[in-house]
Amino acid sequence: MIRSFKILDTIKPFFIEIGELSYFSGRFFKEAFTKPFEFKELLRQCYNVGNRSLLLVGVTGFILGLVFTLQSRPTLMEFGAESWMPSMVSISIVREIGPMIIALICAGRISSGIGAELGSMRVTEQIDAMEVSGTNPFKYLVVTRIAATTLMVPLLIIFGDAVALYGSAIVENLKGDVSYQLYFNKVFNALKFSDIIPATIKSVFFGFAIGLVGTFKGYNCKKGTVGVGEASNTAVVYTSMLLFIIDFIAVFLADIFFEI
Amino acid sequence: MKNKTNISPVLKIKDLKKSFGDNHVLNGFTMELFEGENLVIMGKSGSGKSVMIKCLVGLMEPDSGDIEIMGRNIEKLQKNELDNLRTEIGFLFQGSALYDSMTVQENLEFPLRKNKEKFKLKDKLVHEALESVGLTDAIDLMPEELSGGMKRRVALARAIILNPKIIIYDEPTTGLDPITAKEIIELMREIQQKHGTSSVIITHDVDCARVTANRMILLIDGINYVEGIFQELSSSSDEKIQAFFK
Repeated sequence: MIRSFKILDTIKPFFIEIGELSYFSGRFFKEAFTKPFEFKELLRQCYNVGNRSLLLVGVTGFILGLVFTLQSRPTLMEFGAESWMPSMVSISIVREIGPMIIALICAGRISSGIGAELGSMRVTEQIDAMEVSGTNPFKYLVVTRIAATTLMVPLLIIFGDAVALYGSAIVENLKGDVSYQLYFNKVFNALKFSDIIPATIKSVFFGFAIGLVGTFKGYNCKKGTVGVGEASNTAVVYTSMLLFIIDFIAVFLADIFFEI
Repeated sequence: MKNKTNISPVLKIKDLKKSFGDNHVLNGFTMELFEGENLVIMGKSGSGKSVMIKCLVGLMEPDSGDIEIMGRNIEKLQKNELDNLRTEIGFLFQGSALYDSMTVQENLEFPLRKNKEKFKLKDKLVHEALESVGLTDAIDLMPEELSGGMKRRVALARAIILNPKIIIYDEPTTGLDPITAKEIIELMREIQQKHGTSSVIITHDVDCARVTANRMILLIDGINYVEGIFQELSSSSDEKIQAFFK
């Protein structure tokens, strides 16, 4: 009996946090569609989230495509199936590896950044200062950031996928003597809408999760510098977990609706 | 300051109570602030001063009690009404609370966003506010490029930019060297004289209280333990009161 109470005590904070996160998310939808809209701040956040992550996503995508092709080549060659390389790489990257890896990279860069920024604003009373000046800080800080990640992360993923395929094409061109035109012909022949659409929809949810958890952790940061570090750290951990859960649900649903 | 018996208070707190679990921070705090008055509230750390002013501007919800600002009970106001009322109140935060990602100019423009008429005059208003704190050269600087004293001045400029009727100062001289602290106190006096504002000043600084206070309240054990002018309180024989002036 005592043991089960102890287990309940351990899992209770988890469910409280889930409840708070759901409430926070509900407040986002309520505030996002009511005036006034903070377009200028939204654009600034889109720039911060999108443009400033471009290099990291590009490098990650390029290495991802390069390494994935280099590692897979010997196995496919054993079966005399190296001509399948563009199809295999493109489907794997577009459907799963690209969105997941880039979303995890974004969780590390964007979600923790938002967590630390808002956490520090909370601790230094900047959020209180906004509220006292008659501005709704939730709308100005939270809604704009979640909207920016929801819009920008899918674009970053598309960009990362494209760079990864280019990295893969370079390896194929150098090692397998496949021209770029032939490589990309095979890529586009292999890819179907049923590969691209679920992955893109999934990316939108990834972007939403990255913004939601980062802002939730930062906005509700406890007092002190320790709180800021904790907000940043837990933002990454929670976002990563949430990304895997979303991925699982997305694959499950895509299997039902798109018969992948 | 006008004779307070003839006028109604601009700010009125009655029997304010606030607890955090078993910790009863405010146990029925009551105060009134009159037009043009500088009211200094002193209390030990953790005595509930900050909680009181957070309740005052609606950043925290009290457990019970009434808060009336310019005749309006803030508990009964809608969110947008409260936001409008907040534009009548300037707030100087203890750590200045300047927005890190904005320049000095953008920091000062921020409170003007609510008021379209004033927003059109933003350049003029920003310049005037900076001029009154003697920092017109800092307009394009980022907060990280400012010293502690400059940050406090910019925060003060931001607090007065909407020409508020009431200014709340939360520890205005904490963390500043004595010379800069004196400059800030002098600025507070100048602003009060120039704009005729009423001020609530939360402080530990006896010099600040001596120079600025028209009236003082000592907050002890969550209640207004004693109320009076500086000279009366500083010469009191009560040990609890004397502890603040040693």
